[in-house]
Amino acid sequence: MDQIITWTDVGPLADIPPQGARTVAHPQGRIAVFRTVDDQVFALRDACPHKGGPLSEGIVHGRSVTCPLHNWVIDLGTGAAQGPDEGCTGTIPVRIEDGRVFLGLVPWAGGGSGGGCAHG
Amino acid sequence: MTHVTHPSPGAARPRLVVIGNGMAGIRAVEDLLDRAPGLYDITVFGAEPRVNYNRIMLSPLLAGEKSFADIVLNDRDWYAANGITLHAGDPVVRIDRLGRRVVARSGLAVPYDRLIIATGSSPIVIPIPGATLPGVVTFRDVDDVDAMLAASARGGSAVVIGGGLLGLEAAVGLKARGMEVTVLHLAGHVMERQLDASAGHLLAEELRRRGLTVLTGADTAAILGNDRVTGVRLRDGTELAADIVVMAVGIRPDARLAADAGLDVERGVVVDDHMTTSDPAIFAVGECVQHRGQCYGLVQPLFEMAKVLGARLSGVETAGYVGSVTSTKLKVTGVDVFSAGDFSGGPGTEDIVFRDAGRGVYKRVVLDGGRVKGAVLYGDTADGAWYFQLLKAGEDVSARRDTLLFGQAFAAAGAGTGNPTDAVAALPDEAEICGCNGVCKGTIVQAITTRGLTTLDEVKAHTKAAGSCGSCAGLVEGLLAHTLGGAYEAAAVTPLCKCTDHDHDSVRRLIKSQGLKSIPAVMQALEWKTADGCASCRPALNFYLLAAWPGEYVDHAASRFVNERVHANIQKDGTYSVVPRMWGGLTNAKELRAIADVVDKFAIPTVKVTGGQRIDLLGIRKEDLPAVWADLNAAGMVSGHAYGKSLRTVKTCVGSEWCRFGTQAAMSIGIDLERLTWGSWTPHKFKMAVSGCPRNCAEAAIKDFGVVATDGGFDLYVGGNGGIKVRACDLLTKVTTEAEVHEYVGAFMQLYREEARYLERTAPWIERVGLDFVKTRIVDDAANRAALNARFLESQRHSQSDPWAEQTQKHAASFKTLATVE
Repeated sequence: MDQIITWTDVGPLADIPPQGARTVAHPQGRIAVFRTVDDQVFALRDACPHKGGPLSEGIVHGRSVTCPLHNWVIDLGTGAAQGPDEGCTGTIPVRIEDGRVFLGLVPWAGGGSGGGCAHG
Repeated sequence: MTHVTHPSPGAARPRLVVIGNGMAGIRAVEDLLDRAPGLYDITVFGAEPRVNYNRIMLSPLLAGEKSFADIVLNDRDWYAANGITLHAGDPVVRIDRLGRRVVARSGLAVPYDRLIIATGSSPIVIPIPGATLPGVVTFRDVDDVDAMLAASARGGSAVVIGGGLLGLEAAVGLKARGMEVTVLHLAGHVMERQLDASAGHLLAEELRRRGLTVLTGADTAAILGNDRVTGVRLRDGTELAADIVVMAVGIRPDARLAADAGLDVERGVVVDDHMTTSDPAIFAVGECVQHRGQCYGLVQPLFEMAKVLGARLSGVETAGYVGSVTSTKLKVTGVDVFSAGDFSGGPGTEDIVFRDAGRGVYKRVVLDGGRVKGAVLYGDTADGAWYFQLLKAGEDVSARRDTLLFGQAFAAAGAGTGNPTDAVAALPDEAEICGCNGVCKGTIVQAITTRGLTTLDEVKAHTKAAGSCGSCAGLVEGLLAHTLGGAYEAAAVTPLCKCTDHDHDSVRRLIKSQGLKSIPAVMQALEWKTADGCASCRPALNFYLLAAWPGEYVDHAASRFVNERVHANIQKDGTYSVVPRMWGGLTNAKELRAIADVVDKFAIPTVKVTGGQRIDLLGIRKEDLPAVWADLNAAGMVSGHAYGKSLRTVKTCVGSEWCRFGTQAAMSIGIDLERLTWGSWTPHKFKMAVSGCPRNCAEAAIKDFGVVATDGGFDLYVGGNGGIKVRACDLLTKVTTEAEVHEYVGAFMQLYREEARYLERTAPWIERVGLDFVKTRIVDDAANRAALNARFLESQRHSQSDPWAEQTQKHAASFKTLATVE
């Protein structure tokens, strides 16, 4: 599948608090951009696979975020729910250059957003 | 500049020119000479007016631990002995690819058949005002060290911008030379590229103990001074005086010559696996190189590249250079830090964390599919080389993962059977188990067998092991299990969460007794098993620290549940509800009008009266919160903390002010109590009520603290709850004056705050500890009651500021989306 990825500058890394997140508005739905304690940055669709809770508002720990609505724990790298819960939210590739955060977005085509969920 | 020329014995030899007299270029020449001495006629150009020296020893040179002679790698005799012509202090300014020659600054032109570019890297100078002032230096070569030594000879203060490897080495060196040193670091912890947050925290603490000032999250805005540096200014306005400023924020490959010559250059000079550039006659090696997208700034990859290039130039075919896995050690005497590989974690990886608070040791090994992927060691780096070896070998270590952190000696002893009990069993009798009390394994085992001990508490009582900090409790339990076999059953300690073996009570006791004042400090001292905790322990630790060190501990927003972070209640659709405080449940036309205006202005869909006698505005978008608060603040209203593990409301009846049955002024008493207690953080939410007569219209009998007025005074009730499990209050005592009511409220809230576990309401807390526990401390002991109340009031001094006003003024931007993509 050849899709053209557009790297989009969404702002300085410094604007995302460590162990926190900020959101990016996107026609396909809000994107949560997380920064871990080790300054790793990840982006997920800002919707928990459980009830659509805003993951951007969860507590970030290790490479995971805990959804503020019902405490599902989502892996920031894969978007997959951990532990006994099952489900997955889309991931968006991230690149950091000169202290700025770039999201790898595919052109808006009306389909599902993001990638990174294992199917089947 | 010096030119040393040695006549070449044979004229027909191909000419090899090396641009760069540093560690990578000369190492490549050495490797070449080892394989094929005399094959080339070699000329070396160096920008610095000196022979080749060991650049990684600049720190000991600065610190005065070494002299320049000590760090010279190749003296002039070496160049002479190998027939190498050295032009030191005469940098090459141009590569003429058509003419196959290089031109130096002096005008000297030297032809080549093969050319090595080894120009290294340049320090990054951040483009801020004042960056070019005299007194601003980098930390890259001997001249920089000389400049720093000259400055330190005059004493005064130094500011080092950059808390990475080089910056910290420079800072420690300047401190050793007697300067007052401040390190400014932009990221959240020092050496963030080499260390995780836990190790970075330990390192910063150690540096502070050595008298350095380390500021993280410090963004330098400008360097101050007219004709010479006098200080720096941070983005937040803070100014620091400085007689010298060292910029050590990083390096970038010095690829200018190659780029000017039209070679392929991206971040560095692009080379293939055999160090060949886009021109087959030109090679590049070292920090100026970009190989498979990667640039390196450490010595070990440079040597690996040099080896490949040396072989290549001697005509030997090798597999080529495939990139390096790097490891780092900080070269500061007495500080042991090691890191290697990728320790950022990631999907499918698992962390093994070991912390020994007594010795100040932190070890973290990251496994991926049973193989070592990265390691961070602090305090004890003896096994760094071993982990690095395991990492490079890609060996499957899953069979011994449980004992991996005991180190190589342990593994070599054949004890690595994978079972922690076996691991303890394998320790020698003289191995120290409890560092605090100096109790060794033999003593504990002997006590268990001769005295018939069967529980951890008994071992504590008889041997003192695990009796102080408690961090060896797991080892002692292992010894019990090993000694007693199947007869041992571990005591039912419910850990705070899966990140720790400590329960709530021991965590908060140790926070106080060990003077732990930050979340990383707690995690290190109590040997947390995860790098930065989880959503269960972080909010609990934040509360315990807040309760233990009022006014001193700085609240950690990232460790708070969303509601307490954004000061509103999250709803199922991700919008928020806002509840302004209505003191004692009273409001007025001005407040109601302001609320109505806010509802209209922000199209708030639902307005509801709460059970706590106030008004809830539901369905507000996050980005609107600061504006909503600003409007409510303007009408004199503040946060109602309806979202917090804190004082919620003081519900009142209309009291003797209006009621024909009222005996006391319930409304004004309630308002006073709310003024006294608002803003306080408690283990869970805390609700109060004041009824003006025993008819109890304010439902004070199901509150955390209830006041019911009688003819003779007040009945004080505690521990009620109207929620999932209804519990009527217990009568605590009867008092006669309002002043006594205030003292009891303060004392009770403080006792609850100091004793209850995080997220434990007063009702289950009192069920657990018993009403007598509370009565003996508050009712029977007047001095203790006064002391509790005093601690409550002291704590209130620091927490009674309206979070809405604060957020609106300081953090409004953080409520907006970061960006909008169309």
